[in-house]
Amino acid sequence: MHISKTRGIAAAVMLMTASASWAFVPAVVYDQAGKFDKSFNEAAYTGAERFKKATGIAYREAQIANEAQKEQVLRNLARRNVDLIVAVGFSFTQAVQTVAAEFPKVKFTIVDDVAKGANVQSIVFKEQEGSYLVGMAAGMASKSKKVGFIGGMDVPLIRAFGCGYAQGAKAADKKVEVISNMTGTTPQAFNDPARGGELARSQFDRGVDVVFHAAGGTGMGVLQAAKDKNKLGIGVDSNQNHLFPGFVLTSMLKRVDNAVYSIMMSGKDNSWKPGLVTMGLKEGGVDWAVDANNRKLISKDMEAKITQAKKDIVAGKIKVVDYRAGNRCPVQ
Amino acid sequence: MSQPSNLPRWATLWLMPALNLFAALLVSGLVITLIGEDPVECLQLMINGAFGYPEGIGYTLFYTTSFIFTGLAVAAAFHAGLFNIGGEGQMYLAGLGVTLVCLGLDFLPGWVVIPLALLASMMFGAAWAFIPGYLQAKRGSHIVVTTIMFNFIASALMTWLLVDKLIMPGSQTPATRLFAESAWIPMLHELAANLGVELPQTPLNATFFLALISLVVFYLMVWRSRWGYTLRTVGLNEKAARYAGMPVSKVIIVAMCFSGALAGLAAVNELLGSTHRMNLAFTNGIGFVGIAVALMGRNHPFGILLSALLFGALTQGGLDLSFEKPAITHEMIILTQGLIILFCGALENLFQTPLALAFKQMTKR
Repeated sequence: MHISKTRGIAAAVMLMTASASWAFVPAVVYDQAGKFDKSFNEAAYTGAERFKKATGIAYREAQIANEAQKEQVLRNLARRNVDLIVAVGFSFTQAVQTVAAEFPKVKFTIVDDVAKGANVQSIVFKEQEGSYLVGMAAGMASKSKKVGFIGGMDVPLIRAFGCGYAQGAKAADKKVEVISNMTGTTPQAFNDPARGGELARSQFDRGVDVVFHAAGGTGMGVLQAAKDKNKLGIGVDSNQNHLFPGFVLTSMLKRVDNAVYSIMMSGKDNSWKPGLVTMGLKEGGVDWAVDANNRKLISKDMEAKITQAKKDIVAGKIKVVDYRAGNRCPVQ
Repeated sequence: MSQPSNLPRWATLWLMPALNLFAALLVSGLVITLIGEDPVECLQLMINGAFGYPEGIGYTLFYTTSFIFTGLAVAAAFHAGLFNIGGEGQMYLAGLGVTLVCLGLDFLPGWVVIPLALLASMMFGAAWAFIPGYLQAKRGSHIVVTTIMFNFIASALMTWLLVDKLIMPGSQTPATRLFAESAWIPMLHELAANLGVELPQTPLNATFFLALISLVVFYLMVWRSRWGYTLRTVGLNEKAARYAGMPVSKVIIVAMCFSGALAGLAAVNELLGSTHRMNLAFTNGIGFVGIAVALMGRNHPFGILLSALLFGALTQGGLDLSFEKPAITHEMIILTQGLIILFCGALENLFQTPLALAFKQMTKR
């Protein structure tokens, strides 16, 4: 009895010291769009949650409300002995650079942009590659040979989606015409489903029969409108095929969740490295989605061609132009 | 503000806003209790976050600075009977003025660039307010409608400029390059370091003093000058002003320009004081908070100082609170702000009748 008690205490002490030396504390910082934006931030949240479930390690999180808070929040986390801070969104670039320099022992990862620093990891996605594949699907599925693109806020990142999509559509069929619209000029443009629906309907009136959205919450309106008018929509970021089965041709996957999950895992097992990580088709950062919900919409021929294009892109035989490289798009 | 009151002056000025604020906090406390947190502890965390340690105070005063400017802007128009909702857009455009000066003239020394940037911010802000002012004075287009529309035009214009023209080449973020360091307005912790005092690093900068000076200048202009008298007369009774031979159209236009210039100075605090570059949507609602600040401050500089401080404390304390209590999200802080605006603005006179009755009872005895 006495012995077992002492042992128990000893074991507890050992456990405590063990857990103290292994206490890895990651943190996620969301941008103004918020944790539940049904898109980018939420994907990061999903990834962090998956990490928590897999490892049982809790993470800290914070959301900023204005520009000045970016540095403040990062600093606050760094000061509280957080080991790894994942900043979600390109708007954090500057703040990450500044604060990372002040806290050289803390690891920083920024998602969606490149920041400098010896303790900074930058994750960027090749959105153009995934968009190219769904563009091909759209070009082949379209009967009217008119395909649409609806972006959220008019920023280079969203233009890169549109540009890759247009390249893919033209590659599938030279005669395809791409009609594109941006929802707006404020961050609100990512959260305006009513306007998304309106834009989609106006594109349908102009003869479009497949529409791809890169517009976050706004896209829900786009997909809904496609269903209402018996046209096809294409989802973005996460697999949205299940939202309106039979009316979502496919989805362009941008696996922010995978990225956040693997960043946190690498932080946990000490394999985290600073520098640039590019996540394209090759790295599984972007992809297109085929599942039970859209199986009937994707013909054998379509799938074969897209799979071939995917191989060619990975092998470097097809080069998809990134709008952001020169701030211009080769096709309209 | 112009309602006849049968309350003593001190009660209208102090007791009613305090009661309104208390009511707003009470309702927020109820909501906080509903989601399972302790409202008293939350309030403590919030106050401590805003005023409890030097860094918190720095951030609180930094936000206060911007809110003072946009609050004064709304008040300036309000004294002429105009409801300027366009502070957001005027501040945004003023940011363009600051940016153009800083990017174009950065070969000049700071003591030339900073005053020029200040001037540009006021001129751009005023110009953006001039158009709705002119349309109101000469064409009768309602200022509320036009200023709201001008907010949207401003954001469309700035997005185009930032995404296509002013963006730093090779950057993914729609933001300009950093301004030359000489054009940065000194931070307070830098100024203090020169005096041998160590302060934590916060964005609080010398613009704060400019805001305090603006409060005094505003008071002198509106209450102690001939122009201010005309302004207030037009605001109280436009017909009487016209009958008395006052140039009403001119007063309206000048009041709007004055208002726009004040909103513009908030851009100086944000850009030259803190971020040192212009990015998309840097205004972030500061212009709209100005409306609440002015309403709560009863359009008086002293009231505006206090209510700007309150909203600054809410912004900073709210962040600290949501940091400590993950259940209190950013949306909860916005809810609290909204409740304060509701009780202090829309339900301003909620306690007037009961208070008046109470005072009557007391004087009877």
